[in-house]
Amino acid sequence: MKIANSKVTAERLVRDALEKAKHFDDYHIFTFIDEEGAIKKAKEIDAKIARGEKVGRLAGVPYALKDNFLSPRGETTASAHILEGFTSPITATAVEKLEAEGAIMIGRTNLDAFAHGSSTENSYYGPTLNAFDKKRVAGGSSGGSAVAVALDIVEFATGTDTGGSIRQPASFNGVYGLKPTYGCISRYGVVAMASSTDCIGFFTKSSDDMELLMSVASGQDPKDLTTLADYYNDSENKKAKKVGIIKDFDNDSVDKEIREALKKKCELLKSKGYEIVELEMPALKYALAAYYIIVPAEVASNLSRYDGVRYGFRSEKSGDLDKLYANTRDEGFMSENKRRIMIGNFVLSSGFYDAYFLKAAKARTLIVKEYEKAFKKVDYLLTPVSPNPAFLLGEKVNDPIAMYLEDMMSVSLNLAGIPGLAIPAGMNKNGLPLGLQLVGPRRSDKSLIEFSKELI
Amino acid sequence: MKYIPTIGIECHVQLSTKTKLFSEVDNDARGKEPNACVSPVDFALPGMLPRLNGEAIRLAVLAGRAMNCTINPSSRFDRKHYFYPDSPKGYQITQFYHPIIGEGYVELPSGTKIRVEHAHLEGDAGKLTHFSSYSLVDLNRVDTPLIEIVSMPDIHSAKDAHDYCKELWRLMRFAGVSYGDLYNGNMRFDVNISIAPEGSDKLGTRAEVKNLNSFRSVERAVEYEITRQTKILESGEKVVQETRGWNDATGKTTGQRSKEEAKDYRYMPEPDLPPINLSTEFIETESKKLPSMPVDYRKKFSKIIAEDTLEVLLDYPELMKKLEEIDEKHVKLMSNLFASVLLAEEKSAEYLNDLPSANDLNELSEMNEKKELSSTAMKEVFLRLFDPQMKGRGAKNIAKELGLIQENDLEALEKIVDIVLAKPETQKAQADFNAGEEKVIGFLVGQVMKESHGKANPSAVQEILRKKLA
Repeated sequence: MKIANSKVTAERLVRDALEKAKHFDDYHIFTFIDEEGAIKKAKEIDAKIARGEKVGRLAGVPYALKDNFLSPRGETTASAHILEGFTSPITATAVEKLEAEGAIMIGRTNLDAFAHGSSTENSYYGPTLNAFDKKRVAGGSSGGSAVAVALDIVEFATGTDTGGSIRQPASFNGVYGLKPTYGCISRYGVVAMASSTDCIGFFTKSSDDMELLMSVASGQDPKDLTTLADYYNDSENKKAKKVGIIKDFDNDSVDKEIREALKKKCELLKSKGYEIVELEMPALKYALAAYYIIVPAEVASNLSRYDGVRYGFRSEKSGDLDKLYANTRDEGFMSENKRRIMIGNFVLSSGFYDAYFLKAAKARTLIVKEYEKAFKKVDYLLTPVSPNPAFLLGEKVNDPIAMYLEDMMSVSLNLAGIPGLAIPAGMNKNGLPLGLQLVGPRRSDKSLIEFSKELI
Repeated sequence: MKYIPTIGIECHVQLSTKTKLFSEVDNDARGKEPNACVSPVDFALPGMLPRLNGEAIRLAVLAGRAMNCTINPSSRFDRKHYFYPDSPKGYQITQFYHPIIGEGYVELPSGTKIRVEHAHLEGDAGKLTHFSSYSLVDLNRVDTPLIEIVSMPDIHSAKDAHDYCKELWRLMRFAGVSYGDLYNGNMRFDVNISIAPEGSDKLGTRAEVKNLNSFRSVERAVEYEITRQTKILESGEKVVQETRGWNDATGKTTGQRSKEEAKDYRYMPEPDLPPINLSTEFIETESKKLPSMPVDYRKKFSKIIAEDTLEVLLDYPELMKKLEEIDEKHVKLMSNLFASVLLAEEKSAEYLNDLPSANDLNELSEMNEKKELSSTAMKEVFLRLFDPQMKGRGAKNIAKELGLIQENDLEALEKIVDIVLAKPETQKAQADFNAGEEKVIGFLVGQVMKESHGKANPSAVQEILRKKLA
């Protein structure tokens, strides 16, 4: 990525980014752009460079922030009506780390409200358009961030991935997208979707950029007790020999061209001397069902705090406490938010907990074990990210099940807490990007990113 | 028909940690403005995650050991959901499935043992104040660490309910885990009461009386419920399972919420907090820090201190600790002085915060043994030992400064007696005594005391008088 130095100023980089953001305004990428703030920060960095002072590893690098990261710059809305008007006094740990190294946020990007969705169509502010075809979805939930990088507006963008929300939009827009090992990057100050599966990650244009961002942003945070002490141990960096492909995904439910793209990459790996191993992973078939029980349960719980009492939107129809709650939440949430709240409260309700939540938790353990077993046989797995390339706007918006099926091959990683890197894998005949994901065992993030270079 | 009451009690104890259970703000909101002790985590801003206060875990271990409970090496937190403005997150973080404190028991002064089912750590809720057209929310108390102690239904009388609550209060104060300030809600009791015909092996339908904040109200509420439920059963009706509120002014409970309306809390494992795993070593080390408990003091002092005095003093851990420090031969005197002089003193609450040293108290007791002080003078010196302006000077010095040392020098006393006997106003009394009127000796002793400015030892004076008048 371009980093500011004595020849290329931070101000130049930031102004270029802002100009491009304006140029691509019709894609609905940003919910907020901070021209003044970004240029001010850029000038500060340029002054430092001019004085010969040490600057950070991301000096003057313009980036886009998914609008579910807390920062006092602009409202943090999570593209949800119910957070309208909320300006955070807090800065997310991840944002602090990036900015301490000199990265400059030029704006906040659109998402499905509260990250619930696979297309950005659930945003209160309307959908973001696909970078390659404006009639198609950007993917989601981090659609705005993916398109911001795909259209080369910024060098990188942040994302959150609860069930594929980084990898799927990355593959729909032909960029790199990493969902790290659970606990790599602090979740402090990021609007929670499902606490046990939420991961913070990035969109980049190369593996090297991803590696740099991970080394900046990862690490233990006393404010997030689920963060890992060290996300990567160098001794684990053994030389990879075997790459697995999952037989269970090799059928007609997956787009033909995606399967061909996967085969091509396998041929490439073979030509480089790697062994390709076909694996059966039957437990993965429970992933989607387990995910759509565990995640809504946590979603319903995490969204309880949006009640109109302390901050954000409050309905005008709030004559008494019950009305305040009911009307604020009815008007403030999108229908997909409500659908997940309903499912979540149902599976947690007395008498159903054992039948749904507990059973899903057991299925989750099976999935964890299935992956552990697989990584005894192979070093990495290579799979499709989603069954299809970017679909048409409105195509699945009224069919939640079809929309959930989009997540079939991405959610199991979140349940298992393992890393997955979406990589570009060519175009289909309609000029839409195809993506694959490289999957590794827990805490293999660094070597996974390194290994992805073998696939180019 | 005779009915047997069965009572189980849930007790909430606020732990006296410096900071809150899940954030780093001040846990002590006494004397502070509403919402002054609220962090972004307590306020439940988006994206906030709970941290965990290690001190609360340490105090929970001590509290558990004070109740003879096992400590679970692995425990974890769950979310209990409900909507109310006193709960900013929309859920309370508690331990529903795997509590930190396991089974144990509390021994009442009567010797009855009440089993503890378990006790768990959780965050407290905020406070609402209601006005005619609006309500105000104060979140200072949000996520103050609590332990909720759940008893087995082992209690069968209002008196035992009272004694159990009081003994719990003592245990928490002796263990040093809570200020135990009932007035400020440091301990609150929910009481489950049912009655069943004597000999029945089935329990009756229970009512839960929530949020009692004194032992007396626990006792009265139980008495009221026993009477109420008995009347219902005797009239052939059925007790409704419900939550009831207690009105201290009317002395009555009233129905609030029936079982049908009971909330579904939709419990869920707290995904933001990893399990608490305690090593055996940690549990043992912390358990050893548990100071002497009421039951230990009863064993130790039952032969020295009268039972009723001991039970009074057992409300004051600092006094019991002091009695433990002083020489055993002085314990009897000091326990009496504590109970009858110190606790009767207006400023006793202030004095309890900073007690005199064991040496000072030993010295006072020794002076008393040597009869160097009259009983009035001893009480005065005793109180002066607690006086912040006199403290640290020692009993002997204080007595000297105040001129309270009793005259035991027989020669000196004889001289004073001679002066008094020479006085014209004592002549009649002397004659009366010699005529056999025994009680005038008191008048003569009084005259000598007066002459000595109160310093003479009255029994020594009487002895000399009798000798001289014989």
